[in-house]
Amino acid sequence: MTKTTELRDEITIKFAGDSGDGMQLTGSQFTNNTALAGNDISTFPDFPAEIRAPQGTLAGVSGFQLHFSSRPVFTPGDQYDVLVAMNAAALKANLKTLKKEGTIIANISGFDKKNLRLSKQESNPLEDGSLEGYRVIEMDITRLTRECLKEFKLGTKEKDRSKNMFVLGFLYWMYNRKMDSTISFLETKFKKKPEVLAANIKTLKAGYHYGETTETFTTRYEVKPASIPPGEYRNIMGNQALVIGLITAAQKAKLPLFYGTYPITPASDILHGLSKYKNFGVRTFQAEDEIAAVCAALGASYGGNIGVTGTSGPGLALKGEAIGLAVMLELPMVICNIQRGGPSTGLPTKTEQSDLLQAFYGRNGECPMPIIAAASPSDCFEVAFEACRITLQHMTPIMLLSDGYIANGAEPWKFPKAADIPAIEVGFKTELGAEEEEFLPYKRDENYVREWVIPGTEGLQHRLGGLEKEANTGNVSYDPANHEYMVKIRQAKVDKIADFIPLQALDNGPEQGDLLIVGWGSTYGAIKSATRDLLKEGYQVAHAHIRYLRPFPKNLSDLFKNYKKILVPEINNGQLSKIIREEFLIEVEQYNKIQGVPITKGELITVVKQLLK
Amino acid sequence: MSINTNGVFKAKDFATDQDVRWCPGCGDYSILKQVQTVLAQLGLRPAETAVISGIGCSSRFPYYMNTYGVHSIHGRAPAVASGLRIANPDISLWLVTGDGDGLSIGAGHLVHALRRNFNFNILLFNNQIYGLTKGQYSPTSEQEKITKSTPMGSIDYPINPLALAQGADASFIARSMDRDPKHLQAMLKRCHGHKGTALLEIYQNCNIFNDGAFFTFSDKATRPASTIYLEHEQPLVFGKEGELGIRIDGWKPQVVRLDEGAYSKDDLWVHDEKDQFKSQMLTRFFDNPTAGEDFLPRPFGVLYAIERPTYDDLILAQLDQAIEEKGAGDLDALLAGSETWVVK
Repeated sequence: MTKTTELRDEITIKFAGDSGDGMQLTGSQFTNNTALAGNDISTFPDFPAEIRAPQGTLAGVSGFQLHFSSRPVFTPGDQYDVLVAMNAAALKANLKTLKKEGTIIANISGFDKKNLRLSKQESNPLEDGSLEGYRVIEMDITRLTRECLKEFKLGTKEKDRSKNMFVLGFLYWMYNRKMDSTISFLETKFKKKPEVLAANIKTLKAGYHYGETTETFTTRYEVKPASIPPGEYRNIMGNQALVIGLITAAQKAKLPLFYGTYPITPASDILHGLSKYKNFGVRTFQAEDEIAAVCAALGASYGGNIGVTGTSGPGLALKGEAIGLAVMLELPMVICNIQRGGPSTGLPTKTEQSDLLQAFYGRNGECPMPIIAAASPSDCFEVAFEACRITLQHMTPIMLLSDGYIANGAEPWKFPKAADIPAIEVGFKTELGAEEEEFLPYKRDENYVREWVIPGTEGLQHRLGGLEKEANTGNVSYDPANHEYMVKIRQAKVDKIADFIPLQALDNGPEQGDLLIVGWGSTYGAIKSATRDLLKEGYQVAHAHIRYLRPFPKNLSDLFKNYKKILVPEINNGQLSKIIREEFLIEVEQYNKIQGVPITKGELITVVKQLLK
Repeated sequence: MSINTNGVFKAKDFATDQDVRWCPGCGDYSILKQVQTVLAQLGLRPAETAVISGIGCSSRFPYYMNTYGVHSIHGRAPAVASGLRIANPDISLWLVTGDGDGLSIGAGHLVHALRRNFNFNILLFNNQIYGLTKGQYSPTSEQEKITKSTPMGSIDYPINPLALAQGADASFIARSMDRDPKHLQAMLKRCHGHKGTALLEIYQNCNIFNDGAFFTFSDKATRPASTIYLEHEQPLVFGKEGELGIRIDGWKPQVVRLDEGAYSKDDLWVHDEKDQFKSQMLTRFFDNPTAGEDFLPRPFGVLYAIERPTYDDLILAQLDQAIEEKGAGDLDALLAGSETWVVK
């Protein structure tokens, strides 16, 4: 029987199974392989909130979504072309997002009576006709894996652990791929366990050969390499990029990085990441709580380090008072908020952009601070670097917003060379100037920025504190006019940062038109993809994505004037919309999705077409 | 700003030009003076000294010290100091806190600082009342105390601060009093000499809202029988003429008379600062002296002092170890990660 190869522009695969089925590893291996094949990619893992949720249940389904294409891609994909379902629960949890006529690769041993009962299905979907219209590929992966490993001395449990390799091998066949990258990965991973290594490689190859020799499968697919800018690339996740961005900034500022934090989903990976880089002088401090974490970071900044703290929504609420102190002390500090569904504990493993108002207003008193937001996994690198630059050069704490979707999502990154990254100039005051009789800790330069002195510096002793300061001297002051002046000057200092950030550019689309889609944060990919398709269809639509949320770029108001309508899509109940109305006194259209999942390209296109009817 | 040119600083060089705003007669004045005196005696430079505080009457302390300092937020001084200590391992670092700041809102941070054993000194001003908020009971106030917030008497059971510190595995635990300047100076010096977190509880009189809370321990008439001054490797002797002592009867400390022939100094408990079990018993000498005849005297001095590695030394040692094992960080290698590909 002849086997044919079909060309495809883009494919979205969802790997889904029990937490213990190794779907994250399978997904990331396929991702790396896909990157090496030259496709553009975007991925997103989807973990259960429980660490060891009961096997076979819907709560225990772990997934990994991969979108790859011969064109540039910006999201992990709206709907799946292929769904790998290792058990009945995985199928049930993901079927609604599978395309009509999509492919299901089902492990039939995961559809026995027990699995059906655990996933609360009365009949077997593989047998009851409910999957009509889909292309279903049934494989008894568990049995095939055991069969192929029958010569091995490993126990059944250990043999079963290799079954994800069977799936991976089969997909490598299906998409016409080489297996080298995974084989060399396995060789490193199981260097000390030769038996396990041999079992995994054998199963991987068995999966590949199963596709090749079994007559049921006649068609393979190929996605040609994408035309992406030449250069050297790596795959990167959002939190990983944040870690690298912070370290790079510290190196370029020639200052030690101090990271004070308390474990919280989805920010903990920043701590895990940074704690591995002590050879870069990174000090990580797992504090006793969120408040101690931010206070320690502030203490480290007072001591001349770059103090950074990281958290998610509930933790940010706890840090509020200390962030207010940082605003008063006028010391550098970066607060990374990896947002998740709220309020309260909310949806810890799901994404949401619902802390923008908290970032703006979540402190007592008149308490302004700059806010910067990452748009994609690789963008976290630049945003982390920028946050450090601004905090160090403007002596103000800064809020960096990311979210669960960016933090765990991954994409290829054309990483820079260290030598091409500019230095961050930081000037500590080390002695009194010729004209100075005494040190004035709250004397400001032309940008309203005060000077930074490291304790231990001879002759520049000073006290900082949360009580209102007298201008210049920094002494405690209850003077009414002084308080008003200090409130205004702290605001002016933050506003002044607008002179030191780039003007807002359009991401895509005409400079004037019917509609400007204004986004921030993780909606970037969906808006970018939707805009691209809408422009192709002839719509006069443009896309601007705001990185600097406070202060806004100076030209933003002028930009808004060039469009008949403005649409702000957000994964919240309309927080940026509210701020834009308040700040610019203009009307904006909202599109809000508050389901713990990203906005898709498809739904955005529908919204825009409705709006422009 | 005074800059001393001969390199020897006097107590006044540690004072700022700010008006001290504690109430006249407050015990804090004495503590401020002893701290300034001792820092000068120790030969410290104001520029190599920092004072971190939280919120409360005592926490105004940094404003009156011509050193580096932060008047932070309520209860969080140990957390702020933790970061500063790691960033800046060489300065002499002092924390000032009170019974509300350190044992109520900030009790958690206190416990964690003590167990981590950062190299700094914590001066815990205990006046058994909230002064700055004008007279509510505090976590160290005795039960039945009538205050603004407890018109029918407090029902809160009080914290025993030094037993709490012992429970947190503090490496240095001591007690002193505002009205005993000499002893306070000696204890401040011991704090400075200790590598690790030194907790010094200072009984401090609030003459406005809780006047006389510790008079039993300072008044000429009652002091001899109600206090015992600890000295390393010396027997536990107290009383006006040294006529009283503590012996251990099984697991129970017992007050005995030395002037009746039954017991001599040789029968007494000999203080050993390094004995954790005995120091636990000492922290439990917490009877209310006014309660009755048969009570144990309140110990003053160093209850416990041992050396163990400090958090700040350990964190810096790991940085050195990482560089030794992996080499100093290579930024290009970090940017590239472990797997890259080239698009032509």
